[in-house]
Amino acid sequence: MQKYSVFNLIKNAFSSHENWEVAWKDPTPKKSYDVIIIGGGGHGLATAYYLAKEHNITNVAIIEKGWIGGGNVGRNTTIIRSNFMHDANGRFNEFSMDLWRNMSQELNFNVMFSPRGIINLAHSDAQMNAYARRGNSMRLNGIDAVLLNREQVKKLIPMADFSEDVRFPIFGGLMQPSAGTARHDAVAWGYARQADSMGVDIIQNCEVIGFDVVGGKIKGVRTSKGDIKANKIGLCVAGSTSILAEKLNMTLPIETHLLQACVSEPIKPLLDHVVTFGAGHFYCSQSDKGEMVMGGDLDGYNSYAQRGNLPTLQHVLTEGIAMFPFLSKLKMLRTWGGIMDMSMDGSPIIDKTHIEGLYLNCGWCYGGFKSTPASGWTFAHTIAQDKVHKLNADYSLNRFSKGYLLDEKGLGTKTWIS
Amino acid sequence: MLFIKCPYCGIRSQNEFAYGGDATVKRPELNKEISDKEWDDFVYNRKSPRGKHLEFWHHISGCRQWFKVHRDTATHEIFKTLKPHEEL
Repeated sequence: MQKYSVFNLIKNAFSSHENWEVAWKDPTPKKSYDVIIIGGGGHGLATAYYLAKEHNITNVAIIEKGWIGGGNVGRNTTIIRSNFMHDANGRFNEFSMDLWRNMSQELNFNVMFSPRGIINLAHSDAQMNAYARRGNSMRLNGIDAVLLNREQVKKLIPMADFSEDVRFPIFGGLMQPSAGTARHDAVAWGYARQADSMGVDIIQNCEVIGFDVVGGKIKGVRTSKGDIKANKIGLCVAGSTSILAEKLNMTLPIETHLLQACVSEPIKPLLDHVVTFGAGHFYCSQSDKGEMVMGGDLDGYNSYAQRGNLPTLQHVLTEGIAMFPFLSKLKMLRTWGGIMDMSMDGSPIIDKTHIEGLYLNCGWCYGGFKSTPASGWTFAHTIAQDKVHKLNADYSLNRFSKGYLLDEKGLGTKTWIS
Repeated sequence: MLFIKCPYCGIRSQNEFAYGGDATVKRPELNKEISDKEWDDFVYNRKSPRGKHLEFWHHISGCRQWFKVHRDTATHEIFKTLKPHEEL
């Protein structure tokens, strides 16, 4: 594989950049593989990469219905954080943070990881108490957390609405200084390029039509490019999980919902951090191009449409303007939608299934991007060793029937319904 | 913008409604032994189909009645709305 470096950049300049190697090949599928990963998003590509790198399993295919990185890994608002209260979520996402910090070097691909810090605003005494508790839980798990008072928040984000007579005055906030953002497309491309170089076949425009299950064991998949055999198959398809589960006669604790995001026209550097509104669901950061990147609530009803409706967008941006009044002066540049695999307790599932050789990675809700490396790493371990790693042991499929929910917000089932 | 025909009030904009989820899920009969699997299916597991979906909506900023909507989850087309006791 050709290394990306300043020397190669100069060298290729002499041939007008026409002789760069392709970043990944476009192979026709073989008859069989050791492992097939269904879904060429961030998590699927990362899984294939870690299967090859950590477990020396390189006879692997990634099957993608569209093109790699065309789903949620290219549609999210790029936030990376580990500000969780529950031990399982904190451990898992802090492990993910460790992988993020070294990702550009490891993948030889600049993912533009920018640990600029995330600030969750608090708008009441009760919320300050809850954030103090959350911050303490984070620190017990070795995650950095700083409780900020109103004045400290004002120093960091003076453009927020600090007037006294607002409906939701800012009392303070919880900050995770090591959180941040990364360029989401680069994450998909970086993992794809490395996986391809180690022998993984990335097969795009190939839809899974059905599965071959014999005597409770998975034997292969039927696809639009023919049948492909494998004794181990990993499902990594986010919002399409329920569609494939139906083909396997499985019903999962998942509903697919629609989430929108949007960016404004670019403006000069203004916002140094990721900031979330505490009295509703709105988050905002500024991209390197200067656009304000924003998102918030789900559209609220089951949907596979990948395009949203204006009432939700209006609702979300109303919250945004309550937090940052200057937003009202900006024009919107783009809005888009993605489909989310909403699990019933808001936490993901990385587990084996009742079908031998079939592994499940889903339930990321609207927070899968930050977990991409850890998800790939633990899913690769689960597939290669045929047993869950201690990091994803709590992300089991049977936790729902057993009563071991991982309900980060403490809201009960379907925490995401507003 | 979805326009939803409340069976009691007629066509109204989406802003007046709240979503109530899959309307095909049935609570287990309490007068018999209920397995963990049945509770699991009732409380957590959902088919979440791509295509036609029968679901509950609540006219929360209107008549406050619950009703059923038959809707396509891929196109958002609404085929029919029903009172809660009515079947398709």
